[in-house]
Amino acid sequence: MITLKVNGVTRRFDGDPEMPLLWYLRDLLELTGTKYGCGRGLCGSCTIHVNGVQVQSCVTAIGSADGKSVATIEALGANVDHALQRAWMKNNVPQCGYCQSGQLMTAAALLKEKPKPTDQDIDTAMAGVICRCGTYQRIRQAIKDAAEVAL
Amino acid sequence: MRQITVINRRSFLGGLITAGAFVLGTRLLPSLVQGAAKTESASWSPSIFLGLEPDGSVIIVAHRSEMGTGIRTALPAIVADEMDADWGRVRIEQALGNSKYGSQNTDGSQSIRDFYDTMREAGATARQMLIAAAAARWGVPSGECSTAKHEVIHAKSSRRAGYGELAAGAAKQPVPKKSDLRFKSPADHRYIGQDMPVSNLKELCSGRGVFGIDATMPGMVHASIERSPVLGGKLKSHDDSETLKVKGVLKTVVLEGFSPPHGFKALGGVAVIADNTWSAMKGRQALKAEWDPGQNASYDSEVYKKDLMATVSKPQKAARNVGNVDAEFAKNAKSHEAYYYVPHLAHAPMEPPAAVAEVKDGKAVIYAATQNPQAVQDTVAAALGIDKKNVECHVTLLGGGFGRKSKPDYVAEAALLSKAVGRPVKVTWTREDDIRFDYFHSVAAMYLKASLDARGKPTALLQRSAFPTIISTFNGAAAEGAPFELGMGLTDMPFEIPNIRAENGPAKHHVRIGWLRSVSNIFHAFALHSFIDELARLANRDPVEYLLDLVGKPRKIDFKAEGTDYSNYGKPLDKFPVDTGRLRRVVELAAEKSGWGNKKSGNGRGYGIAVHRSFLSYVAVVVEVEAGANGRVTIPRVDVAVDAGTIVSPDRVKAQFEGAAVFGASIALMGKITATKGVIDQSNFDSYPVARITEAPFKTHVHLVPSSDPPAGVGEPGVPPIAPAICNAIAAANGKRIRDLPINPVA
Ligand code: FES
Ligand code: FES
Repeated sequence: MITLKVNGVTRRFDGDPEMPLLWYLRDLLELTGTKYGCGRGLCGSCTIHVNGVQVQSCVTAIGSADGKSVATIEALGANVDHALQRAWMKNNVPQCGYCQSGQLMTAAALLKEKPKPTDQDIDTAMAGVICRCGTYQRIRQAIKDAAEVAL
Repeated sequence: MRQITVINRRSFLGGLITAGAFVLGTRLLPSLVQGAAKTESASWSPSIFLGLEPDGSVIIVAHRSEMGTGIRTALPAIVADEMDADWGRVRIEQALGNSKYGSQNTDGSQSIRDFYDTMREAGATARQMLIAAAAARWGVPSGECSTAKHEVIHAKSSRRAGYGELAAGAAKQPVPKKSDLRFKSPADHRYIGQDMPVSNLKELCSGRGVFGIDATMPGMVHASIERSPVLGGKLKSHDDSETLKVKGVLKTVVLEGFSPPHGFKALGGVAVIADNTWSAMKGRQALKAEWDPGQNASYDSEVYKKDLMATVSKPQKAARNVGNVDAEFAKNAKSHEAYYYVPHLAHAPMEPPAAVAEVKDGKAVIYAATQNPQAVQDTVAAALGIDKKNVECHVTLLGGGFGRKSKPDYVAEAALLSKAVGRPVKVTWTREDDIRFDYFHSVAAMYLKASLDARGKPTALLQRSAFPTIISTFNGAAAEGAPFELGMGLTDMPFEIPNIRAENGPAKHHVRIGWLRSVSNIFHAFALHSFIDELARLANRDPVEYLLDLVGKPRKIDFKAEGTDYSNYGKPLDKFPVDTGRLRRVVELAAEKSGWGNKKSGNGRGYGIAVHRSFLSYVAVVVEVEAGANGRVTIPRVDVAVDAGTIVSPDRVKAQFEGAAVFGASIALMGKITATKGVIDQSNFDSYPVARITEAPFKTHVHLVPSSDPPAGVGEPGVPPIAPAICNAIAAANGKRIRDLPINPVA
């Protein structure tokens, strides 16, 4: 039996411990904000936080999260009011929006580590998250805007 | 497992105008009246796109698919503007698939250009009938009444009435004739041309948007399908004993292979059905299947490339002929020629194809990320042998489309599997499925030759291309480019050259060929605009000055007089001419805004330009590159000048061109799909990379030409000029000319 906290709620799971967190979140908990994009740790669409650390949920077995605390996009801002979400809306960042959960969760981890990131910091941190619609320049701007606000 | 049912998601997934809306007969699309006449309610619907409730809520139907362009906001904004409605009281509902809306195929950069007038008519009709209702109530002439933000006003008597309270009366007014409709003057537009808040922005920033891959139905199971690695291969045998041992796997189902032509039919294969996606995928990995690969196993990209190159090295059928190219070549000793090549490309939207279907009692209910719900109806109906009226297609949000999701083979799979297992089924393609079994963008070879005058300007131009045609997807025998494909960058070559010939040669298809964002413009534009830049450099002339010289005097190309079969994106040339004056203006604007005149190329930094008209829009691009000694190319800046006629949503239009620059950079830098023995060599973002934040242009500046011309396309026309402009910039930076894409293929 695996016990973990997801967005503050304690959950128990007695299925296959190899199941990636991505599918546990999406199919069993119906937290569909976390997206599948590649299943191999290549695109970042599935980024979540485990014990505050950014991970790619498609390559993270649920067994490895036993006793840990998982946070997903659904819990980023209670009323979509995280500094990043506000900056995202101000800059009209999303196009299709599919990659944006992964972008936001990655950006949130970056700002925790580097509250005032440079362009270089942003590009390094965000390079793992693909946006096929090409919203990168607005992502960069929104992260900078959020960093201003957060300080 | 707790189910989120579709009912809970109605507000996201939408339905039609409130069930029970009273629909007034409308001329806009009279076929609607029937379906809706059964309904009863005090609310009023002056058009199939529009309803008004007694409380003043306005319901506007979004009938096109939202895949990131903002169309779900832009079309309703046009209706609301002409209606003079308060945007805060507008509710947007996503339409089901239904031919009553006209085309819902969200493709070809058509949504605004094809429905701008329709939306204005819907809004103006409502506004005029509301005015008539108020005038009747007050006993005053309609002509003395006006509207302002959700109210009719009679200024003389200082009377006002809200739209909600007028709804019932308006429903009784005669519907104005189209010729009697009065439209706002552009100066009075309050939403058109403004940046309206994107309707689902909050959902998209919080993981709450519902995409096809997120849709669920009660009792739903999940499917992952093993398919023949070679297109058209037949299942010889399979062994699912290990599969069935995987926890969560329920069963396997064999889907029959398709019979050519493939069209949008399900590919066939062995489906693993499980109670969650991962078990389905894991069960599929444990499956043993043997295939008879069939005739497409001969497909080998290296051999095929040589064949295509050989085809364009010989004279082919002319699709455009002006003057006498051969005579000019014979008498003019100075000439230049070059071959170009662009490989297959995959769409790779971030959301892979996904759909949910429930087939029960001869009816199908579908939730799908689709660009074309009517094609879903047709395809599912044909697959199941039922009437399309019995296919109800709900359109979810799309996690990108780029043309892939106009082709509903994956929806047919879900429907066939639901029928087989008697439960709702969700089909989720893996990324590997998406890349290996795509409807690929055509691989293409091009040959260009020009004879040159003393200043290095062409006196004759020959363009020749060969590529497997999209038509082959629907007619297996088709081997030549269709006029619409040749009309994308070949037969519409706009430069002022006295002798022109465009030729196209045959090419066989071995994979499914499909349209991808900007279609055959991609390779035709790459060749043409690279070649033009080569000519400018040969002549030692500034590329912008040379380009403007080639664009020539403002004129409208008379294709008819030439005898050229040019389809102009399905639009009449008198309303949407190929206007070189507009071409010139965007070149000048891009040059000015990028500071072209002050830029010096060389030492690994270079500036390149390209201009291309497509989807009725004129786009010039100046790209700045840094080309390192290690071959690494970065793109610090792109300037895009756009004349797309009337602009409805400036910020969303800019976003489309920013995105197109990234899409174009992926094509130029790394896009490459190849086959070996009929099997696609690439499968995920390691072998088929797309531009990341580190490779995409750092900053794209979009400059819109103010215009009151009719609206033209914006989703696609930003793509074609990017790759040639990048390669022209590289040539300027270090003298290296790239004629084979991509620039940095995966080893
Ligand atoms: S889905 Fe996890 S990194 Fe792509
Ligand atoms: S917004 Fe569409 S993939 Fe990023």
